[in-house]
Amino acid sequence: MRIAIDSSKCQGHARCYALVPELISVDDYGTSSVLGDGTVPPDLEERVRLAIANCPEFAIGEVAPDGAGASPEGTASA
Amino acid sequence: MARTAPVDDWASDFDVMDPRYIADPFGIWDDLRATCPIAHTNRRGSNWLPTRYSDITAIAHDVSHFSSLEVAVIPFEGEEPEEPVLPYGLPPISSDPPLHTWSRRLLLPWFSHRRVAGYEEMTRDLCSGLIDGFIDEGKVDAAEGYAQQIPVRVIAHILGVPASLSDTFTGWVRDVLEFADDPERRMAGMEALITYFVEEVARRREQPGEDLLSELLRTEVDGAPLEEGLVLGTAALVLIAGVDTTWSAIGSSLWHLATNPEDSKRLATEPELMPTAIEELLRAYAPVTMARLVTGDVEVAGCPMKGGDRVLMNFPSANRDPEVFEDADKVRLDRAINRHVAFGSGIHRCAGSNLARMELRVALEEWLRRIPEFRLADADSVTWAGGQVRGPRVLPVVFG
Repeated sequence: MRIAIDSSKCQGHARCYALVPELISVDDYGTSSVLGDGTVPPDLEERVRLAIANCPEFAIGEVAPDGAGASPEGTASA
Repeated sequence: MARTAPVDDWASDFDVMDPRYIADPFGIWDDLRATCPIAHTNRRGSNWLPTRYSDITAIAHDVSHFSSLEVAVIPFEGEEPEEPVLPYGLPPISSDPPLHTWSRRLLLPWFSHRRVAGYEEMTRDLCSGLIDGFIDEGKVDAAEGYAQQIPVRVIAHILGVPASLSDTFTGWVRDVLEFADDPERRMAGMEALITYFVEEVARRREQPGEDLLSELLRTEVDGAPLEEGLVLGTAALVLIAGVDTTWSAIGSSLWHLATNPEDSKRLATEPELMPTAIEELLRAYAPVTMARLVTGDVEVAGCPMKGGDRVLMNFPSANRDPEVFEDADKVRLDRAINRHVAFGSGIHRCAGSNLARMELRVALEEWLRRIPEFRLADADSVTWAGGQVRGPRVLPVVFG
């Protein structure tokens, strides 16, 4: 599983950071980004799915294996 | 107390200052959502009240049709001064891009996770000290004696103004928000607040500190210092938006726990539930409604909105929409999927949301650690404020 955050959609609610701080960093302006290339270790997958399901801006999503976005609402650019 | 005529038809003549709406709006929203999801009224101008999550988040994202130049739920009906002291209002909340974009960037770092973590210890000490003051009595007004005392002191610390003036600050903020339908009181509160900050700004120019006000005075944008009107507006915003809101969220959460002892028992014995519980209490008792000004004719869900109309951004009702939330009317402290919009949606997401969450969590943690079991002393004596910000104002509880 690999995830990406669309920074143009992220508004800094920081729900993803609260759920998986191991994979997310938030800058001083509240914008979240994915650490590394967004590959999710298997033991974090459950919490990552919650992070995707709790984002009020639909800004975080799973990246399909071919690299295309596959977040529930449109795309999260890789 | 009520300055409004009673409402007979919520769909066509609603009034957010109606005492029934203030005390218990949930059933009204449920009815509207099912029958007329965007209500309208001609009270205080032409105002729309969306109730569905989908409409409210769509409007929040459409900043070209829905401006933030007027965010007060109750439009000011007094006489406007000829030369406003705050030419930009309270940026960034009362602005649109591009002013919104850069003025918000001035404020956000003060409420980052890193900064907010630095305010946690003082918040905990503050909560603990408040509880020390009343725990032996076995009773307290949890609104006035606890919830109301917390955010104002943290905000005073951030602004670098004396915590000893907390009750005065709280009074001004209540005048502006809670008594907004009394133009004289509202104007007097705003004037007192601005006069205070004008003096503080003069003092900071002489003796700068490390506080937000001093930092704003040091800030240059495009090579020029910020205009004083913008500094004053931003400082006023931090006080006005940072006090009533979080105090209301803490108060509503304590009201919920006092009236649902199984939940307070569960939260006291299963502290690992705190993260989902905080989000759930924010969802169920979201305190804040903001307004938007319609910039030109636009249709939303079949409703013909005209330029100059206002839309009341009913985030609290969005959070109760059964299309989005399972058992939307039930508080489930372990709700894992909770895409609530208590802090708004889109570019105006509450800039202080990290701080508000920390204050709410610490206030509940300290309360439940010392007072795991408590109940309302007298349900009939509980009073609520509403309109822009909903929360309990009198909340007598007993314990021990």
